[in-house]
Amino acid sequence: MNPVSELIKNLADQYGRSRENLLPILQGVVEQEKYLSEYSMVEIARELDLPASEVFGTATFYSFLEHKKMGKYIIRVCKTITCSMKGKNQILLAIEDMLKITVGETTPDGTFSLLQTNCLGWCHKAPAMLVNNDVYTELTPEKVREILSLYINQKQKGE
Amino acid sequence: MANTYQLKRADFIFRNENDWEEVLQKAISRTPKELINELISSELKGRGGAGFPTGLKWKLTAESESDVKYVICNADEGEPGTFKDREILSKVPFKVLTAMAVCGYVIGAKEGYIYLRGEYFFLKPELKKAIDEFEYYCKEVKLDFKIRIFMGSGAYICGEETALFESMEGKRGEPRNKPPFPTQCGYMGKPTVINNVETLAHTYTIFKYGAKRFYDLGVQYSRGSKLFSVSGDTPKPGIYELELGMSLADFVEEFGDGDTKAVQVGGASGFLVPRKRFQETAIGFQGRLTGISLPTGGSMMLFNSSRSMFNVLDNYLEFFREESCGQCTPCRVGCQQLLNGIKAVKRGEKNARYLDKLLRLAETMQITAKCGLGQSVANSFSSIVENFREEMIY
Repeated sequence: MNPVSELIKNLADQYGRSRENLLPILQGVVEQEKYLSEYSMVEIARELDLPASEVFGTATFYSFLEHKKMGKYIIRVCKTITCSMKGKNQILLAIEDMLKITVGETTPDGTFSLLQTNCLGWCHKAPAMLVNNDVYTELTPEKVREILSLYINQKQKGE
Repeated sequence: MANTYQLKRADFIFRNENDWEEVLQKAISRTPKELINELISSELKGRGGAGFPTGLKWKLTAESESDVKYVICNADEGEPGTFKDREILSKVPFKVLTAMAVCGYVIGAKEGYIYLRGEYFFLKPELKKAIDEFEYYCKEVKLDFKIRIFMGSGAYICGEETALFESMEGKRGEPRNKPPFPTQCGYMGKPTVINNVETLAHTYTIFKYGAKRFYDLGVQYSRGSKLFSVSGDTPKPGIYELELGMSLADFVEEFGDGDTKAVQVGGASGFLVPRKRFQETAIGFQGRLTGISLPTGGSMMLFNSSRSMFNVLDNYLEFFREESCGQCTPCRVGCQQLLNGIKAVKRGEKNARYLDKLLRLAETMQITAKCGLGQSVANSFSSIVENFREEMIY
């Protein structure tokens, strides 16, 4: 069995197969796979006995449910007012310069994807970003370089 | 200026109290009617921003007839400049859980949900632990109440209560028509109490100390204290619990950096107040205090004279354009056109009078949009364009 199909089946067993369990299942797939492929969405639709268009419609509504292939670590830099005032652009430039990608892109080795996002709720410690589910606040270009180095080392150790 | 409108600090929400078991037991030994009356006489109003009387909400839901009812804690805190709910859930989760269980007891619900925004995923493990401990105690005192966490996935609109239900039902987070209101037809079509995290935390204070203690804080129509999320150009950003009804001038004196040009009250969907109106503006729910009075979800963003209000408005409108659910035309197209419009004026492609057209468009959105998002874009748009017109033009 395809590993994604198996994951979807397990998630459906765990949460249930009715419509109100759709979001947790979509989230479960994104947690593992980092994104929802067309294949995953069709499989979920089959497993829950829903029209595939309904699954697609729901999935694409939510900004954290990516439907494009993403890197292992998704960097989301907050771009809303306070973070923007407190130097979000310098943070983005530092990341783009270090990883050699621009917003919306993924590094060729599939380690990082860089995105911007709306208010993360850390306005008193701006600028802020998320790397997957981890929060980093009061960023400076130096600090962000250190943080990304840690992820790069972690990845190398893991391999 | 009268003493009533001064800035006064309060300390209830984060006061470290390890007596939730006692508070819960005491509350469920009283009748639901007594508890509802206690809430009504406290005059607590919803702390998410809309300000609906909490006691009335519980009463209406208690009166709705249904075998199944729900209690939902709205932790989809997404308004720019708001970060208080995260702090409550990480520091005093048991107050919120206790309040949810008491609400369940009052309205006759056996299930509660916390809708936690995806950006706060890191809170989940600790919160889950607190829930396990809480449910264990509920079993001991024979209170049949279960709480589950439902994660959001990065959609601001899901903070709107009916959009939140849609999201929990596995659909796109598109707001429903109202009426019917959640008190009759909420999650899964059942009567539902949906309260903001902070509102629930305040009910804990009320059940513990009595309504009078809460009512004595604040001013007429705006009773009690409130958490304020302070950010922007301020030497002391953070979360502060203050009594309602203070004047904005006092607020700026306390939190400003000496050069405050304007304050955004209530986040991107709130109002921008320019310096010349600080004195006459009070922070509260309704009724005329010294002049205008503004409701707020607690977001207070300060801007000093180094900030361009054009950039501020541009940032807000981009936010709204992205977060509009796209369901109704006034909001979906309106947000895009307002953003394109101010850019065109700034670039000189449209003349300054075009701003008046945009103001009328914002007004139309206020009347015709389906939910609070589209309706409230006009708040920040009009208050910024009217007060800083010159900055929009050149």
